[in-house]
Amino acid sequence: MGEFDFSVWGPSLPFIRDGLLFTLRLTLIAMSGGIVIGTLLALARLSPVKPLSLVAGAYVDTMRSIPLVMVILWFFLVIPFLTGTPVGAETSAIITFTAFEAAFYCEIMRSGIQSVPRGQVWAAQALGLTQTQAMVHVVLPQALRNMLPVLLTQTIVLFQDTSLVYAIGAKDLLKAADVVGKNYNRPVEMIVLSALIYFAICFSLSLAVRQLQKRVAIVR
Amino acid sequence: MIEIRDLSKAYGGTPVLKACSTTVAKGEVVVVCGPSGSGKSTLIKCVNGLEPFQHGSITVDGVSVGDPKTDLPRLRARVGMVFQHFELFPHMSVRKNLALAQIRVLGREADEADARGLRLLDRVGLVAHADKHPAQLSGGQQQRVAIARALAMDPVCMLFDEPTSALDPEMIGEVLDVMVELAREGMTMMVVTHEMGFARQVAHRVIFMDHGEIVEDAPAAQFFAAPASERAQGFLARILHH
Repeated sequence: MGEFDFSVWGPSLPFIRDGLLFTLRLTLIAMSGGIVIGTLLALARLSPVKPLSLVAGAYVDTMRSIPLVMVILWFFLVIPFLTGTPVGAETSAIITFTAFEAAFYCEIMRSGIQSVPRGQVWAAQALGLTQTQAMVHVVLPQALRNMLPVLLTQTIVLFQDTSLVYAIGAKDLLKAADVVGKNYNRPVEMIVLSALIYFAICFSLSLAVRQLQKRVAIVR
Repeated sequence: MIEIRDLSKAYGGTPVLKACSTTVAKGEVVVVCGPSGSGKSTLIKCVNGLEPFQHGSITVDGVSVGDPKTDLPRLRARVGMVFQHFELFPHMSVRKNLALAQIRVLGREADEADARGLRLLDRVGLVAHADKHPAQLSGGQQQRVAIARALAMDPVCMLFDEPTSALDPEMIGEVLDVMVELAREGMTMMVVTHEMGFARQVAHRVIFMDHGEIVEDAPAAQFFAAPASERAQGFLARILHH
């Protein structure tokens, strides 16, 4: 073992940038898709229509009971089987994460919806709004606002978890660092670099969430 | 305007309303009072269908509330309601609170809804607060906004569910003033309240409830001068001399 040689960081940057961009894209798509689908799942879970709430509940419980890395591998194998064509590791990762995170965002949105007092729904309905209008204009905006810090914290976890796409060879930040490390025979230095990038992004996001929590606390 | 006939309701096996019947004529102000748990809030929430009921019937301006074919949102849009805890929408400015249902339910243009909202805010003396959020207003101000919000829908009658019970004493007056003015203009009102001063001043009739029953339904003057039932006498004695 020789000494550390961090000069590999310079030439690695274009690869690292591409990997990071994919990681960010994956996080953003899975977050927005996950929140939208998760909200629909939450509405289904809270629905008085029994079959709807049972199906949504089963979906959420299943997703939350399987290790993410297995879901990633499983989707990677199953999606080509279902569609008949291989979709590639990146697309597979995006679909998987959206579907998986939806289960977690669902539970957050569900408690968010339940945190809105019953009187708010009464007031909306007393003004003549339909149930759907009351949900869209009165309940969901408040649920989102109440849950914003929790949703963002879940997104930070999601950002870290995207490194698991490594398992199917999608070219994310970790994979880029790994490839460069192998090419230059400097794996440790490259792992350190990727860890620093994950840390810097997650830590600043956490600080931002903490600030946000203070502001939300004042408004409430 | 409002006709309640033989209304009964139970939560699980517990009866909360027992064969209640009464009417509120157009332009009439009726105060509903009684000890807590007597069913008065439930009764008023049945009138616009916020609470379902099992037996009896309610018609509001000729429309049957309990009929499954009734378009409840459409009926509720014509019946104003004011709640104990104001229930303004906290994520919207006062202006937007007033405009939302006018636009979404009545299909008014945004400008028209806003102008109507501002006129009503002016009427309750709060036009200067139009761009604030509810949390920036005092309880009394919030309740006045809530009344304006209900009036913005041009209701045929107004329901008040303990509108002053959650207010600090010094704010009760400003809300009652708005309600008195409304009553004097001839608005049909059904008001659940313990404010007997308000009842004496503007109510045509007083309904006294206890244990889910309408025990007494009498002209206001008669109710205060000589309540017929012992339970109403006891209730009046408790709330007037404490």
